[in-house]
Amino acid sequence: MARAPRRSLRITANTLGVLAFLVTVFPVYWMVNSSFLDRNEIRNPVPTWVPFGGSLDNYRTVFETDQFVNALKISLMVTLLTIVVALAFAFVAAVAVSRFRFRGRMSFIVTLLVIQMIPVEGLFISQYKMLETMDLLNTVVGLSIVYVSLVLPFTIWTLRGFVAGVPYELEEAAMMDGCSRTQAFFRITFPLLAPGLVATGVFGFIQAWNEFTLALVVMTREDQRTLPLWLSTFTDVNRGTDWGGIMAGSTLIAVPVIVFFLIVQGRMVSGLTSGAVKG
Amino acid sequence: MTDMTVKADAELGRPPKPRRSVLPYLFLVPAVAALGLALGYPLVRQLMLSFQEFGLQQQFGKAPEWIGLQNYRDLVTDPYLWRVTLRSLLFCLVNAGLTLLIGVGLALLMRHMSKSVRILVQTGLLLAWAMPVVATLTVWEWLFDTQYGVINYLLTGIGLDYEGHSWLLQPLSFFFVATVIVVWMSVPFVAFTVYAALTQVSEDMEEAAEIDGAGPFQRLRHIVLPTIRPVLLVVGLLQIIWDLRVFTQIYILQEAGGTTRDTNLLGTYIYRLGIGGGKFGMAAAVAVFMLVLTVILTAPYVRSMLKQEKED
Repeated sequence: MARAPRRSLRITANTLGVLAFLVTVFPVYWMVNSSFLDRNEIRNPVPTWVPFGGSLDNYRTVFETDQFVNALKISLMVTLLTIVVALAFAFVAAVAVSRFRFRGRMSFIVTLLVIQMIPVEGLFISQYKMLETMDLLNTVVGLSIVYVSLVLPFTIWTLRGFVAGVPYELEEAAMMDGCSRTQAFFRITFPLLAPGLVATGVFGFIQAWNEFTLALVVMTREDQRTLPLWLSTFTDVNRGTDWGGIMAGSTLIAVPVIVFFLIVQGRMVSGLTSGAVKG
Repeated sequence: MTDMTVKADAELGRPPKPRRSVLPYLFLVPAVAALGLALGYPLVRQLMLSFQEFGLQQQFGKAPEWIGLQNYRDLVTDPYLWRVTLRSLLFCLVNAGLTLLIGVGLALLMRHMSKSVRILVQTGLLLAWAMPVVATLTVWEWLFDTQYGVINYLLTGIGLDYEGHSWLLQPLSFFFVATVIVVWMSVPFVAFTVYAALTQVSEDMEEAAEIDGAGPFQRLRHIVLPTIRPVLLVVGLLQIIWDLRVFTQIYILQEAGGTTRDTNLLGTYIYRLGIGGGKFGMAAAVAVFMLVLTVILTAPYVRSMLKQEKED
């Protein structure tokens, strides 16, 4: 009885599915496609749909501009500094929250939640003033300070779940075998946390690598631009003139993120909604 | 509350409570210090700033003057702030609404697709989700480009007059482009999260309902939607929060050719007022206003997360 409607439902679903696939994939495809085209093909009124006979010239141009190389350097420094500091701080905090019961634990967790809701636009004016007073505008350290506060709450939140996921009984067993509490933690729990640390670190990397707003506020000098800033100004200055180069730059920035994202995606999705991973 | 935790601890084999141990507090010091420095201190400073006359003169060394509520009074009486606020709320609601509609729709459809199509859809969604914001923006700018953009080419191809059409010039069309970009970026999160929630829907119950003669819409309304309600609420609230604070998309599109004054949302308004225009006192007041707005909009979400937390 239900056969016919079911079949038409499947056909509708499949059609709309293919449509959704095209709409989601086409911009990404177009970015990569255009990055291989030379100026004449880009400026042809009829679009070149497939990059046959394309070249890597756009990429060469990008790598030959000093600004790109400089921005890459700044981005790498800021991102690394942010991840290392955030992971270290978040790790000890996550251990405190998930392995100890203490007064103020709940308030700390609530504060983390609330902080994640604060829009950066709501604070960047005074963050700018603060860094200005500290003489840290246009410095890697200055930007990293605000980035750490940006990724820290989520990092603690996620790591807490990973720490809590390692049963305390394992540590207890090790303690019965004569380990101290510290030894038990580092010999038993810590190795089991490695994947969680990596996943969380990668997530922090993606956030810092992509961040635009705070970079725009803190890095006002041209020689201190991060990659997203460089890319956005690349469009302003050369608007309408070098889409091939812009697409090559975009592809270069996007590829590491896409690769990393695909690796950690599954682990992170649950964190946002269920948030309260037990701990 | 305390009793419940103790019981829960015992059941889950949690570590015993070390009484008066300073260790956990020591562990929290770095995180609390970092957050205090980069968020707490600026928050206090911003409140102070919003009660001060702080413009370009002060930026060059003149002592800021306390002017009480003057900044707020100026803002509240400025129709432009209300225009920007209204615009932000409208943009937020339209974008959050469209994102939810498309995201939930896709998630529901994904259950009825053939496996191969479903994998295609998931691949596409993942790619769109993984794209960095700025790269997404440059690509869409390129797609919407006046002279060589594919969209103008295709629209002209089906007989419409879109040759050399500039999408960013008119505010309404500017926001259309911004909406396309924001929705494109945000749908994957909703679709994946809701699809994950849909796997919790009991198939037995659905089948039973079908045998009893319930049509697809009745099943959706009485079985599927109630099951995923909590997830829908959370996703909806997150979407509202995120769409109220769009900055990057608007800023970059403005730089690419929008008229700033007619396209400012709260975030870009604060930026242009403070960093761009040197009116730090006023900008701080708008920022405080935006924070209050966020608190009002997020209170229900935080409350529901807290409830979940306590139940654990």
